Amino acid sequence: MASQKSKQFDPVANLHEIEEKFEMFQILNEEGEIVNTDADPKLSDDELVELMRRMVFTRILDQRSISLNRQGRLGFYAPTAGQEASQIASHYALEKEDYILPGYRDVPQIVWHGLPLSKAFLFSRGHFIGNQIPEGVNVLPPQIIIGAQYIQAAGVALGMQKRGKKAVAVTYTGDGGSSQGDFYEGINFAGAFRSPAIFIVQNNQFAISTPRELQTAAKTIAQKGISAGLPSILVDGMDPLAVYVATRDARERAVNGEGPSLIETMCYRYGPHTMAGDDPTRYRTSDTDSKWEKKDPIVRFRKYLEAKGLWNEEKEAEVIENAKEEIKAAVKEADAAPKQKVTELIRNMHDGDLPYNLQEQYEIFKEKESK
Amino acid sequence: MAQMTMIQAITDALRCELKDDENVLVFGEDVGVNGGVFRATEGLQKEFGEDRVFDTPLAESGIGGLTIGLALQGYRPVPEIQFFGFVYEVMDSISGQLARMRYRTGGALGAPVTIRSPFGGGVHTPEMHSDSLEGLVASQPGIKVVVPSTPYDAKGLLISSIRDNDPVVFLEHLKLYRSFREEVPEESYTIPLGKADVKREGTDLSIFAYGAMVHESLKAAEQLEKEEYSVEVVDLRTIQPLDIETIIASVEKTGRAVVVQEAQKQAGIAANVVSEITERAILSLEAPVLRVTAPDTIYPFPQAEAVWLPNAKDIVETAKKVLTF
Repeated sequence: MASQKSKQFDPVANLHEIEEKFEMFQILNEEGEIVNTDADPKLSDDELVELMRRMVFTRILDQRSISLNRQGRLGFYAPTAGQEASQIASHYALEKEDYILPGYRDVPQIVWHGLPLSKAFLFSRGHFIGNQIPEGVNVLPPQIIIGAQYIQAAGVALGMQKRGKKAVAVTYTGDGGSSQGDFYEGINFAGAFRSPAIFIVQNNQFAISTPRELQTAAKTIAQKGISAGLPSILVDGMDPLAVYVATRDARERAVNGEGPSLIETMCYRYGPHTMAGDDPTRYRTSDTDSKWEKKDPIVRFRKYLEAKGLWNEEKEAEVIENAKEEIKAAVKEADAAPKQKVTELIRNMHDGDLPYNLQEQYEIFKEKESK
Repeated sequence: MAQMTMIQAITDALRCELKDDENVLVFGEDVGVNGGVFRATEGLQKEFGEDRVFDTPLAESGIGGLTIGLALQGYRPVPEIQFFGFVYEVMDSISGQLARMRYRTGGALGAPVTIRSPFGGGVHTPEMHSDSLEGLVASQPGIKVVVPSTPYDAKGLLISSIRDNDPVVFLEHLKLYRSFREEVPEESYTIPLGKADVKREGTDLSIFAYGAMVHESLKAAEQLEKEEYSVEVVDLRTIQPLDIETIIASVEKTGRAVVVQEAQKQAGIAANVVSEITERAILSLEAPVLRVTAPDTIYPFPQAEAVWLPNAKDIVETAKKVLTF
C-alpha cells in the first residue's frame, strides 16, 4: 500500500526536482565575459557606463563611510562593499515612481532613488532630519526590524494597485531576514492580492555571524517564493547584468498585473556586519573572503566595459574623484544641520494639538532648552 | 434616530466614513462576505465593493504591515484584528512601527490608521480572546487608545478615530456588543478623543472606569445611593491620552476616588489614573485612592470568569472603604 502510494507521488523526489530547478542565473562571468547571450539586456553604452559609475561611487561611499565612522564622524553604519551588483543593479531596473522599502544596509539604493546623501549621513548620525524624506522621493527610512519592511511592502504594493499606478514596491532583506515570519507573511499577502511587489533577498551568506546553512534546510532561499505562488529566481548577486535583468523582468510582470516576484541574489559582504564592533574573523575565514573577492561585481564589470572600450583607468579615477568631492560636500551639509531639540521630538509625536502630558513636558523642555 | 446596539453603531460609523472619504479602507480576517465574526462589517462589502472592504489572509502581522503600506499610499486604513488577544502577533506593526512613523520621519510621514478589535471578558471564550491588553498599547507613546462603553459613544468615537491623523487602537468590549440598545443618530457625528464623560453626577465619591466596568460602576453607584451616598461615575472613554481636566475636576469636587478596570491590577490603566490624581490633587483627597481590578493571574478559564472579573459588588465594597475612611 505504502509503496504504491509513493509510486504515485514521491515527496522526496519532488523536493529534489524543485530544488534542482533553482540554478543560479548568470549573464556576466567572473572574467567579465557574457556567458548567456540570450539574456543580455543589451544596455546602451551610456547605460552601461552609468551603471558602472554608480557602482564605483557606491564602493567609494562605503570606504569613506567606514573611515568617517572610525573618525567618530558617522554613527550607525552597515558596510555595503561586495553587494554593489545586488543593490545598485537591482535599483537600476527601477523607475522614479517605484517605492523602496530598505533594510538598514540598503542606504545606497535610497540615495540613488533621490534621498540626498547628506540625509543618509544624518540618518547614520541619529538626526531626524535624515529621515525627513523629501516630497516625491518614494522611499522609507531604513528599517531596523528585520523583515518588517516585507509586510509593509505588501501594503505599499496593494495601495499602488488600488490607485492604478504603473509602479512597484521593492523591498530588500538578507538571508537571515528570510527566516522571519514577516518574510513569509509579506510574500504571501502580496501573492494573494497579486500586488506589484518585488522582494529581494540579498543572500550575503551571513546573518551577522550565523551562516546561511543554519538559517534553513531549503537548498535555496529563492524556492521559498514558490510556496507563496511567486515567480522566483536565484541570481548571481555579483553579476550586475543578471541582477538587472531579473529585476527588470520582475518589474515588467508586476506593472502588467502579473503579481509579485522573489529574487535571491547570491552575494557577499566584505566588511563587518556593522561598524559597531563586529569582527568577521570570528565566523569566516580569509579563504572564503578571497574566494568571494574573485567574484567582485566591479572587477568583472570593469573587465567587460574595458573590453568594449567604454571604461579605463582615467575614467575610473575621475568617478572616484567626483565621488569624494560629492561625499565631502554632503558631510559638510550634514554638519550644518541644527542641533536636535527635545521640544521638536515632542512636537513630532502627533499631528495637531499635543495631549496634556506631552504639552506639559514640552513646556518643561522649552524652559530647559532656553537656558 | 434609531435604536442601536453597540455593534450596529460601529457598523454605522464605518458606513458613514466609507461613504464620506474614499480613502477609508476596511479589511481584516473574515470582514468581507462574512461581515466579521461579530458582524461589525455586515453588509459593507456589498455596499462599498471588494476594493474598499476586503478579506486578508490569516496573519495579524501581515495585516499590520498591509495597514502601514496602505497608509503610505495615502489611504486611511481601518483594519480589524479579530480578537485583541491576538495582538502579540501584530505588536511590532503597532508599537514598533505605526507609533513612531510621524516621529521617526520628523513629521514627514503620518499614519492615519484605526485598528479596531474586540476584547473583554464575561462571554466564555476560549483563551486569548478576552484578555484586557489595552495597557500594553496605552503604554506605547504615539498610540491613542479608545474604549467606548455605549452605542452612542462608540459611533462618535470611531468616526473621530478614523479622522484622526495618527494611529488609534479602538477596543470594543465583547460583552457590550449586544447587551443593550440606545438612540443613535443615523447621520455622522464625532465625539472628541481624549475627552471623558461624566455618566452620572455625584458629590461624595468619583468612580473612574472604562469599557464594561462603566456599567458595573453605574450599578454600584445606584446601590450606594440607597445608602445615601452620592456617587459620580466618570467614563474615561479615551484611556490614552487621559482627560486629565475632567478627572481632576471630579476629584476636587468629591474628595474621594476609586478607579476600576477589568484588567489585572498590574496591567492596566488604573495605576496611571491614581498617579495623576495623587500628583495633581493630593490636597483635595479625604481618603486614599483605591483600585478595583482583576487579580494578577493570567485571564481565567471560562468557568472561573464570573468570580475573577470585577463587578458592582466589589466596587461597592471598595467604595465604602474610601467613603468611610
